[in-house]
Amino acid sequence: MNALLTSCRLVIATMLICVAGYATVIWGVGHILTPWTAQGSLITASDGTVIGSRLVAQDFTEAKYFWPRPSAVDYDGAGAGGSNKSPASADLTVRAKEIVTKYGATADNPLPAELAAASGAGLDPHISVDAARYQAVRVAKARQLPLPEVQTIIDMHASSPGGFLTLGRLVNVLEINLALDRAKEAP
Amino acid sequence: MPLTAILFVVFIVGTAIALSWPLGRYMRWAMDPAPAGGVAARFTGAFQWTGGRIARVQQDWKRYVVTMLIFNVVMFIVSFSILALQQYLPLNPDGKGAIDGSLVFNTAASFTSNTNLQHYSGEVSLSYFSQLGALMWLQFVSAATGIAALAALARGLAGRESVGNFFVDVQRATFLVLLPAALVVASLMLIGGMPMTFQGAAHVMTLEGAEQVIARGPVAAFLTIKQLGTNGGGFFGPNSTHPLENPNFWTNALSMISIVLIPMACVWMFGRIVGRLRHAAVVFGVMLVLLLAKITGAVYFESAPTAAFADLPITQNVGNLEGKEMRFGATSGPTWAVLTTSTSNGSVGAMHDSLNPLTGVMPMVGMWLNATFGGVGVGMINMFLYIIVAVFIAGMMVGRSPEYLGWRVESREVRLAILALVAHGLFILGGTAIFAATPWGTEALNNTGPHGFSEVLYEFSSASANTDRASRGWATTRSPGNVSTGTIMLLARFIPIILPLAIVGSLMTKRRTAESAGTLGVDDGTFAAMLLLTILIVGALTFFPAGTLGPVAEHFAYAVR
Repeated sequence: MNALLTSCRLVIATMLICVAGYATVIWGVGHILTPWTAQGSLITASDGTVIGSRLVAQDFTEAKYFWPRPSAVDYDGAGAGGSNKSPASADLTVRAKEIVTKYGATADNPLPAELAAASGAGLDPHISVDAARYQAVRVAKARQLPLPEVQTIIDMHASSPGGFLTLGRLVNVLEINLALDRAKEAP
Repeated sequence: MPLTAILFVVFIVGTAIALSWPLGRYMRWAMDPAPAGGVAARFTGAFQWTGGRIARVQQDWKRYVVTMLIFNVVMFIVSFSILALQQYLPLNPDGKGAIDGSLVFNTAASFTSNTNLQHYSGEVSLSYFSQLGALMWLQFVSAATGIAALAALARGLAGRESVGNFFVDVQRATFLVLLPAALVVASLMLIGGMPMTFQGAAHVMTLEGAEQVIARGPVAAFLTIKQLGTNGGGFFGPNSTHPLENPNFWTNALSMISIVLIPMACVWMFGRIVGRLRHAAVVFGVMLVLLLAKITGAVYFESAPTAAFADLPITQNVGNLEGKEMRFGATSGPTWAVLTTSTSNGSVGAMHDSLNPLTGVMPMVGMWLNATFGGVGVGMINMFLYIIVAVFIAGMMVGRSPEYLGWRVESREVRLAILALVAHGLFILGGTAIFAATPWGTEALNNTGPHGFSEVLYEFSSASANTDRASRGWATTRSPGNVSTGTIMLLARFIPIILPLAIVGSLMTKRRTAESAGTLGVDDGTFAAMLLLTILIVGALTFFPAGTLGPVAEHFAYAVR
């Protein structure tokens, strides 16, 4: 009986300190130090509407935009998930064939692998610089922009995620698409 | 392996080892302070005050276990009630509704037992109050239960009169170890760009004019203790592959280090309490060898390209990217898979179901052995079982009476140790057998053939190893699966805590002998080899046949094709 009572006292103590106290402190630290990312890194357009999160992939299908990696959950930011398919699964072959057709990839010009492979959460905001360059011709044509201009935008936004601990450089798809739209508005 | 991969693994594991040494020292100070004077003793006074009269007595192992179980029952009831009543409780900006009863049982069992097997998807089903008040709270107190149990075990082996007092120990572990660590790491995670908000989901209008709903929440606080307490069970369904739960390379690296840090420090804490640091170093070395072997295997096998793309015009030189994020780098997925299953954490940094078949063996091996650093506190306790068996076999082989740290190991102790080890195998293989042979399991599969069998095997391995299942494909909203894995998690959590403490209780009734030149040493290379062999033989003999039916069969099936 004593032990039960003491257990209840500990429940109250740990709830107050480790849930209420801890969560409030961390919330406060985020509120003061990193107010933008603490809210989910939301990007706001000039007219005040929220157009997305820098960290969350959104669907792009129009030729004038760079396309992100495929998503097993159709870019559902409220119900993320992966395909959970075996890498030998025939379902993945079917999906990859559709994507190959969409991009018009050929044996001489093979598709960068991440454009055919869905990410873990289906919300991966990045593609490799190679995968962006792969799409640059299509994007330039659709926007009637010179190809070097599109490639400059890719290079300006490319970064290495982990320095010498990772291979290759990445671009954020939403960021380069925004940069493209802004480049059009500028002149 | 390419140089980048080696550097990555060395960076993660090396940093964790370097930090585990001072942390182990600190944990000794916090968990087992000198009886009088000093800051730690003043904390003891405070904890005795919170705990009341029962917290002032020195307990024997039975009282310790009973009070631990009572506290855990209360934990279960409180979290069950919060989850079951979430629709009536506050902090629910997205209006999450009621959860199915068997799922509530499974989730409460899962987080009470430090398993955090996720049969729900956080952002879909749970309110912020459920996430914080039920799950995050359990992530503190269930992890603290494991650390407390290890401290008690070590005190017994050190020859103290009492194993301590559970109510004081659990507060020490919560308030002095986990809370400060969580405050530091969570702040770093915030700086890394992780969200921490109580506003509901964001509704955005994408560039192409579609509406996207982006779930968010108090992620930084939740995620940090999930990793530090080897809890697993993400804020979001797909865990640490979700960009809001793991925004970039550095939060990913910090998460991986956090996963293995306290389990590593627990080995040093154990060594310091029993007063045998060299012995702890040998045990640490054995665990490290197994860990690095698994990481090497996983990274190597995962560098093979996605088999499904073999005949298509897709580049084949970057490894298998299905279920992986670009921002973490190619080595992260398989390394994380090994770290998280070795430590019974279970959060994922890549989808385990989409790992190459042979890569998938490595996480399963981690859960089968369950002692390569293992869960906080309980990993070292599991290793203690292997140590007892190894000491006994070594003693029999050279014809000396087996001893561990001066305690005579006799048939009673070995029987208890074997019982605990066999229980683990029985839960995994028995559960897998029943569910692989009946519609309970076969109707829930996400893949067919050997990969389907692997899914069932993985599910029960993780339930028994108290590792979060974490988005393995096996369908998860069904009552038989919820109830059976829920029950296994509770048994598999408490049997390997109670039996080792019983062994120590049994040792403590004997007279401790001084170690002499004739005693088999436990801090040299011979013992390390003996321990390694024991772990491998017990693990391999128990699980090798099942492993062959799943991932190995799948590998050859498509290698031949």
